[in-house]
Amino acid sequence: MHLGGQSVIFVEDKEIVIPGDILADEDYHAGRGTFKENNKITSSLVGLVAIRDKNISVIPLQSKYIPKRGDVVIGEITDIRFSMWNLDINSPYSGILPASDVFGKEKRDLSKAFNVGDVLFLRVVDVDEVKKVKLGLKGRGLGKFRGGILINITPTKVPRLIGKKGSMINMIKDETRCEVTVGQNGVVWVKGKPDMERVAEKVINMIEEQAHTSGLTDRVRNMLFELLGKEKPLEKQEETEETEETEETEETEETEETEETEETEETEETGEEEEDGEELIQ
Amino acid sequence: MVTIIPEIIRESITNLVKNGERSDGRAFYEYRGISLETGVIEKAEGSARVKIGNTQIMIGTKPQIGEPFPDTPNVGVLMTNSELLPMAAPDFEPGPPDERSVELSRVTDRCIREAGVVDLDKLVIIEGEKVWMIFLDLHVLDYDGNLIDAAVLGSIAALINTKIPETRIEDGEIIVDHEKMISLPVKEKALMTTFAKIGGELIVDPSLEEEQIMDARISIGIREDGSICAMQKGGANPLTKEEVIMAISKSQEITKELREHLPKN
Amino acid sequence: MITIITNNELSTGIETSKRADGRAFDELRPIKIEAGVLKRADGSAYLELGGNKILVAVYGPRELHIRRLMQPNRAVLRCRYNMAPFSVDGRKRPGPDRRSVEISKITSEALSPAVFLEKFPRSTIDVFIEVLEAEGGTRCAGITAASVALADAGVPMRDIIVSCAAGKADGQVVLDLSETEDKEGEADMPIAIMPRTGEITLLQSDGHLTSEEFEKALDLAINGCKKISEEQKKAILSRYG
Repeated sequence: MHLGGQSVIFVEDKEIVIPGDILADEDYHAGRGTFKENNKITSSLVGLVAIRDKNISVIPLQSKYIPKRGDVVIGEITDIRFSMWNLDINSPYSGILPASDVFGKEKRDLSKAFNVGDVLFLRVVDVDEVKKVKLGLKGRGLGKFRGGILINITPTKVPRLIGKKGSMINMIKDETRCEVTVGQNGVVWVKGKPDMERVAEKVINMIEEQAHTSGLTDRVRNMLFELLGKEKPLEKQEETEETEETEETEETEETEETEETEETEETEETGEEEEDGEELIQ
Repeated sequence: MVTIIPEIIRESITNLVKNGERSDGRAFYEYRGISLETGVIEKAEGSARVKIGNTQIMIGTKPQIGEPFPDTPNVGVLMTNSELLPMAAPDFEPGPPDERSVELSRVTDRCIREAGVVDLDKLVIIEGEKVWMIFLDLHVLDYDGNLIDAAVLGSIAALINTKIPETRIEDGEIIVDHEKMISLPVKEKALMTTFAKIGGELIVDPSLEEEQIMDARISIGIREDGSICAMQKGGANPLTKEEVIMAISKSQEITKELREHLPKN
Repeated sequence: MITIITNNELSTGIETSKRADGRAFDELRPIKIEAGVLKRADGSAYLELGGNKILVAVYGPRELHIRRLMQPNRAVLRCRYNMAPFSVDGRKRPGPDRRSVEISKITSEALSPAVFLEKFPRSTIDVFIEVLEAEGGTRCAGITAASVALADAGVPMRDIIVSCAAGKADGQVVLDLSETEDKEGEADMPIAIMPRTGEITLLQSDGHLTSEEFEKALDLAINGCKKISEEQKKAILSRYG
């Protein structure tokens, strides 16, 4: 317990808590993953306590992706309707991409651009009060993926995968020589030589499992070297063919880190937003 | 609700197979990790929990005394039922068995019946009137590809594990003695092995992703002596005759290895 | 025409303080809970209480395809309690029976007060409770395991609902009735509470209790719930070392 004037806090930063655990008295600010009841701030999730000044929040260890305006996400086309595509964005809420985003005012056959089963990198343009999601393709690096593999991680672990200023994800990209695009909805696209794709997949899965622990960066580095030590091909490695989608990777890492998500949530218990690049653990 | 497989995944798996590899690093004829425990449900007279990879099925047997089928008055009865529980996959819905569930139970039943796994002759209590009916219930808890092989492997284990009370006739009455439990007469351990056709190749024990993109599959039931007791082709695309013959010849070695997982009784 | 010889022990009613299985009047059966046991489900839990073996899976929040069930400003919580055919002495025919339908409803009502349903409009949170082996008190065990599965799935909640039953057997008010005590006893009272506040989210009673006996039973059950609550917490946290 820490006593600072009148405020009382019952937990420490990075402690794992569960729903119903009392975190602090109401002098603190109730952040994401918490709620106020009987003058106490209480956790609503299984997750890690994050204390920043007078703000207490809980970063969940497991969660669904809830779309927010401004997010960049990876989605799959599941349906073609009149003047729009329907996409699965790994969320309880599906998204729509209007045909006008691709064709402007022209009337075209939608399947000429994107078909069911195609995977795209998109921006969340708007989310209404009942969570109907509008997606868009206007922006650098957005568009359809060709080749590669897809990996799913818990959306709240995306900042951990990216790392401080992209350190973690860049290490993976450099060592495996793969293109990697991380959607804020927890979907990751990796493309490179097939055995390198698998190395990246193993590493990303490890980060997913151990995101709540410390010392992860070193373990990831060790795992990479171990896997690559076995996998290292002959001295010269052919450059992977650059397709038109490769520009996505470099630019989007920057966009993910630098953009601030807008305050759109009304139904959040606390009205608090997750900051971009916020780490699950330092 | 049908899941739509991304084209990227379909291509990636197919290209790997064409290069002789699989997305989880297995060889073409290699099974994922298999675990098999028996006697896990005490209320069931026989039970087994089988896992192949993450696919998990809980199997229980319940014997009951009843009437034989009219066309086979001198043998006992085996009834197989399966539940693809809604917990096992996001697209499994609660309700009566759908076509996948019905196929699973009928294929499992066919393999066990045609191979003569259970000696149904020994399950007669009063000829033409009272026989043992063995209910075999497959409770699919987690679906991660290849239900058929898991179902058959687990069913054989559950049947081997099954004990039924001894019965005798005294003064025209049937005495069912729960204090004398005897093993269910199991005389054959047939098993099934399933191949998926992807990129023109046949691979064994398809994972969930492999099953979702495969062109077709074939499951072969093989007896201990190597003879075929059941076959089932699945999937919307055709197989060639050579592919079927290849699958049959491979399945003989493979089921031998699978059989090592069964408890020795 | 059929005589059955069994080796089940019938309770003799001779014991006054110790019960047929040797437990004290306020003693729970041995309990074990494990979280995160299934691959496909978003959250899951496995629970053993005495001879009960319960497996629960949670999917959600996820898209709800049946429009007429959809709520515009919150999620719906759908529970399905089901017993495996091999879970009981005489095989149970597959499919929901009236008892399962009722238990599904009260389970949903026991859990809903804890869940922040308003966070997820137009969606569903599905809870699937499967009784693999039954030994008295399955509905309570189901609710207890369901809470763990919901937490495991990352569903935001005010508290982890916990459930337990007390009742009367052999003339004595006792905690956590076994199957025999339930069948042959005088009363059975399952409850569920929010452990932090003590608020009651499930209350049923079956049998004969005086008001004093009811209060005794309620206290016993609430204390039993608090002990089980510790096990739930352990199960959730042990996933993360």
